[in-house]
Amino acid sequence: MTVKRSSWALPYLIFLILFVALPLVMIAVYAFRNPQTGAFTLENFAKFFSTPHDLNTFLYSIQVAFINTLLCLLIAYPAAWILSKSSFNRSKITVMLFILPMWINMLIRTLATVALFDFLKMPLGEGALYFGMVYNFLPFMIYPIYNSLEKLDNSYVEAAQDLGATPWKVFWKVTVPLSLPGVWSGVLMVFMPTISTFAIAELLTLNKVKLFGTTIQENINNGFWNYGSALALIMLLIIGLTTLISDEDSARDSEKGGLI
Amino acid sequence: MNKDIVISLQHLSKSYDGKQVLDDINLDIREGEFVTLLGPSGCGKTTTLRLIAGFLAPDGGKILLDGKDISGVPPYRRPFNTVFQRYALFPHLDVYDNIAFGLKLQKVPTDEIDKRVRRILKMVSMTDYESRDVESLSGGQQQRVAIARALVNRPRVLLLDEPLAALDLKMRKDMQIELKEMHAQLGITFIYVTHDQEEALTLSDTIVVMNEGRILQAGDPVSIYNEPQNAFVADFIGESNILNGRMIEDRRVEFLGHEFDCVDEGFGENVPVDVVIRPEDVYIMHKLEGSQFSGTVKSCTFKGVHYEMFVDTDKGYELMIQDYNAFEVGSTVGLLIRPNDIQVMRKERVRNSFDAEIVDAGHISLFGSEIECAAAAAFAPGDKVRAMVDFDKVELVDHQEDGQFAGEVHFLLYKGDHYHLTVLTEDGDHVWVDTDDVWDKGDLVGVNFASENIKLEAVK
Repeated sequence: MTVKRSSWALPYLIFLILFVALPLVMIAVYAFRNPQTGAFTLENFAKFFSTPHDLNTFLYSIQVAFINTLLCLLIAYPAAWILSKSSFNRSKITVMLFILPMWINMLIRTLATVALFDFLKMPLGEGALYFGMVYNFLPFMIYPIYNSLEKLDNSYVEAAQDLGATPWKVFWKVTVPLSLPGVWSGVLMVFMPTISTFAIAELLTLNKVKLFGTTIQENINNGFWNYGSALALIMLLIIGLTTLISDEDSARDSEKGGLI
Repeated sequence: MNKDIVISLQHLSKSYDGKQVLDDINLDIREGEFVTLLGPSGCGKTTTLRLIAGFLAPDGGKILLDGKDISGVPPYRRPFNTVFQRYALFPHLDVYDNIAFGLKLQKVPTDEIDKRVRRILKMVSMTDYESRDVESLSGGQQQRVAIARALVNRPRVLLLDEPLAALDLKMRKDMQIELKEMHAQLGITFIYVTHDQEEALTLSDTIVVMNEGRILQAGDPVSIYNEPQNAFVADFIGESNILNGRMIEDRRVEFLGHEFDCVDEGFGENVPVDVVIRPEDVYIMHKLEGSQFSGTVKSCTFKGVHYEMFVDTDKGYELMIQDYNAFEVGSTVGLLIRPNDIQVMRKERVRNSFDAEIVDAGHISLFGSEIECAAAAAFAPGDKVRAMVDFDKVELVDHQEDGQFAGEVHFLLYKGDHYHLTVLTEDGDHVWVDTDDVWDKGDLVGVNFASENIKLEAVK
């Protein structure tokens, strides 16, 4: 008996249905149901918009994610640029060193950060939160930018110089625009997980700062499945939106940078 | 100092990783001239262009623009623009913004930019393409945009790095004509790099033939074609028969086993020379009266306008001949060469000559290894000597490991009855070899010098 090649995909399909599609459907179903009667309702969403505490947490989370993404970008771009200069990075070992933290569990890194702050007698709080977030997400920003900068054909730089562009102008008019696909990948890979993160916030602020991920987790943990699902759905919507926006921007250049 | 001269290259040299790619380049380029740097890949032509553009800094020598040294001036302050081999059009900008890139940097007013971009687009026949994405254009269209992007800035000198190499033949021919027209119309100095000799002959006012980092000959296309100064130029430009000859006296030269009248003087008497005969300069006829020598037609191929024939001469040489008439294969023909069509060149060398050192009575040290040499007995160990080996006494073997030295066939020249090879050893030394065997460029070979064939001469 011959097995058709398409049937090889079956195990993956089952996996996707069980662990991706089904949970998503369940979230959607729970989000639109009344916890007592099980009837279709929008009250879970209405509750979110009428609970200032949760709404503020949500807005605050987006702000944190935004600032974190910006900080990562500001630090990562120059780093990636320097790394992409072959004279500095002949063996690619320096890139490895930047990527290395990605191999260690996020919780361990965060707990280590807590220990470091304790050791240095520095207070935990918002500052520590940003430090921990940048520390955790920086590699995800550096790598895609480094990738797109490294692939950038030097003849574009030469062409710009040839047309009268100073090194500064070359950077802003050629290097930056041509590395945008990498920047978008980096932004997505930092912004999306930051919105839903909660462990870093809990550990590095001693629960003083609450992010949206924590709100969802608390609700689910305390049995408010329907409300928690509605919150999760809202967050998914925001993430989906950012992906869409960046897709439109980088669709044209997708083959040049893209996700790792 | 000549006021006409825009760019003057003086004693330019450049090396990469210890390898000399340019060696003492001297060249004056006149205002409005179309200069072509011509040579095989790796000859240093692109490096020369990049030095002029400013992407590379010379190790030694000067680049003068209007008499002032610009070696230290960055590329963005040089009044030159480049058309790159792979075009290097900015993929994030459309056609209009690509062309306007240089003008915007110069802060030219918007309406003026608009006027100039439209005018240049018209000139390269790309009107209506302003808002097109550059990646949606064909190779030929991208080429036009690249030329427009450079020319719109009205550079003093336009640098073109093999701009037509990526186009197909028909398109290349069309673009050659257009480039020539643009050059005539704009009066801008063009410096053009190519490895295509036909392109160079078609386009240039001046051709500069380069090989291995040196300028071999510079001159107008006609003189380069008709009076090549050495075997490399003769072989590289057009088709040619390059033969070993002997200058008997002024205006009298011997080659192909016969004596001929020629127009060259001043070589001395009985001096070995190279003789170049262009295939279209050999007169071929059915009757033998009135001919200087005879031959047998070995092959005859139709080439469009003419027939190309290979003829075995009566003294055992092979000649390539082009004629409008076909001659039957196997037929005996009369051949004649006019004095004016014989180009005599001084030989660059008549035998191999290397620096060597005596090791002991039976060995010398050459290219860093020890080899046997019978003649070493006449010298004391440690003596510096010149080791000389005749071209036909060098032995080549198929496997590098079977030779005293490993080498690669770098250049080959057919001399009518044998091949003259240039073999490059691993350490970059040149060995010249005469052989009847057929080798190809790039073949890896072992080189052997037999003990009895090495002659030694003391160095004072």
